[in-house]
Amino acid sequence: MIKATFLGCAWLSIAASGGLGQAVPSAQEILERADRNAMSGNRIAVSEMTIHGRRDSRSITAKSWIQGDDKAFTEYLAPAREKGIKMLKLGEQLWTYSPDTDRTISISGHMLRQSVMGSDLSYEDMMEDHSLVDLYRSEVAGEETVLERPCWILLLTSKGGDVAYDSRKVWVDKERYVLLKEERYAKSGKLLKMLEVKSVIRIQGRWVQNSMVVKDALKSGQGTEFKIRTIEFDASIPDTVFSKASLRK
Amino acid sequence: MIRFLLKGILRDRSRSLFPFLIVAAGVFLTVAFFCYIKGAETDFVRYGANLSYGHVKVMTRAYQKEAEQMPNDLALTGLSELADELRRAYPDMDWAPRITFGGLLDVPDEKGETKAQGPAAGLGVDLLTPGSREPERLDLSKALVRGRLPAAPGEVLLSDEMALKLKVLPGEKATLIGTTMAGSMAMKNFTVAGTVRFGIQAMDRTAMIADVADVQAALDMEDAAAQVLGFFKDGIFRQDLADAAAGRFNAQPRDPGDDFRPVMQTLSEEAGMGYLLKTMTSMAAVIVFIYLLAMALVLWNAGLIGTLRRHGEYGLRLAIGEGKGHVYRTMITESLMIGVLGTIVGTAFGLALSYFLQAKGIDFSGMLKNISLMMPTVLRARVTPLAYVIGFIPGILATLIGTAIAGRRIYKRQTAQLFKELET
Repeated sequence: MIKATFLGCAWLSIAASGGLGQAVPSAQEILERADRNAMSGNRIAVSEMTIHGRRDSRSITAKSWIQGDDKAFTEYLAPAREKGIKMLKLGEQLWTYSPDTDRTISISGHMLRQSVMGSDLSYEDMMEDHSLVDLYRSEVAGEETVLERPCWILLLTSKGGDVAYDSRKVWVDKERYVLLKEERYAKSGKLLKMLEVKSVIRIQGRWVQNSMVVKDALKSGQGTEFKIRTIEFDASIPDTVFSKASLRK
Repeated sequence: MIRFLLKGILRDRSRSLFPFLIVAAGVFLTVAFFCYIKGAETDFVRYGANLSYGHVKVMTRAYQKEAEQMPNDLALTGLSELADELRRAYPDMDWAPRITFGGLLDVPDEKGETKAQGPAAGLGVDLLTPGSREPERLDLSKALVRGRLPAAPGEVLLSDEMALKLKVLPGEKATLIGTTMAGSMAMKNFTVAGTVRFGIQAMDRTAMIADVADVQAALDMEDAAAQVLGFFKDGIFRQDLADAAAGRFNAQPRDPGDDFRPVMQTLSEEAGMGYLLKTMTSMAAVIVFIYLLAMALVLWNAGLIGTLRRHGEYGLRLAIGEGKGHVYRTMITESLMIGVLGTIVGTAFGLALSYFLQAKGIDFSGMLKNISLMMPTVLRARVTPLAYVIGFIPGILATLIGTAIAGRRIYKRQTAQLFKELET
């Protein structure tokens, strides 16, 4: 669910208004622009994640405080069962706090591959905070229209570091440099995750993907929907928010 | 003639007691051995049933399709109603809800933060309801290494290996982090009551055993369970009865399109169990056949010896004018009578011992105190309908054939030689 806030973080690019010139940019340049947009500033967001189970669907609301690309604090607001659960991400570390048990627990190792709140996202997805340019080599593989927007298709191949996905295929809006679609693959070439942006809106002069569906290709079901209810950019967030002490507050 | 022969057998024990005892002993051993083999087969099945499968298992159709993934989001709901229905419809069975789940066990330090954590393979069983047979089925008392069995809500057993790895002692707290039935994150504090070792590597690495009500609360599975296992009350799996129960349950009118309708499957329908059961049954049949063959040879030999021992008597009877055919027929009839009497007595004793071993068993746990392997500590037999008749094969047929073959010598004897034989 923290990933819902990630809408404003790594996956979801936030594009400055205005486009580039007409010259065809290189794959590296496209990726750098998309990265820059995705990793920008401080923000506070309230988001909603709808998880479609095999029996029924449920929605989880959370408020997140994000600073740069490596600090995030999320508090779950609803439903009642999840209310009060908090998560703190500091760089490579992730903790969760549950008021029922009054325990702060570090999430690491194989737990990172588990689904977040039953969604199609794993904690590993949530932890991803490096820019794509740092992790992947890129090449332009073509052009396609997504969400009625002309897009570059980029093929990203791992540079060999510790990455969860060996390769990716991303569709980047040619004008707004917003990522509109993504497919993530294993080393074997097997499709693991799919992301599809459903709508992009302009907030505080930035293009924000405010609705998207993430689908774990290995799971049956309709995927997980993310929606941003509110988002505030360049917000002032005290450093104390990003501390383990704030989990128990 | 039969009455005459029977009187002879009963009154002249010198000629009938030895063959009778041989037949009775042979049949006794055959019946007891057959029941023991069946008992061993049953024990193997019992372990599989008690640990995981039950004699029959009720789950949702959707869960059945993905059972190896332990998909608790596809668990049975309306458990109380279903359990009542099962108890009413199948009063000869015990019904036990079970929940298997995966998660992470986190041990706190003095500040309540993570000191150590590791994966846990959880099993929720009814540990606390008075009269529950689940602790006995899992043989928890024997598996206990440190501490004690859970006696109150919130207490769990951990595999000793995992407890040592996580450095958690009986009496200390540990937090389960798992996934609720709805897919959310589940966290619940438990107190470690004790540690267990089953001698099964997979369980001994990461097992966590909790009361099913605690697991329901932790995983948000109110009135739900992954499976409801059914056990025949005497603990013996019977394929025909299990098939009948499953057939009756699955024939109830339910929406075939509903993936969450409950379905019942038998132990032999478990992946791999059907093949294993068939292999075991075939192996048991081969062993019993070889034993039967050996016993038949012994009894056949007894028939031959018995006939040869009475060589002089037959010579005298021929010498005083009794027909060869008549002598041969009386021999056959006599051996048939001895065979029947010996078989009845042998079968009765064999069945008596087998019934005793089936009901009470012989507890040799004292000899296995230092052995941690999860293996039966009570030797049990199993009496099947076939046990009532299996002794008749060696008991009557072998004796009869032995006598028939040995008796052929009567036809080769010359009357002129008989008096010479009598003189010597």
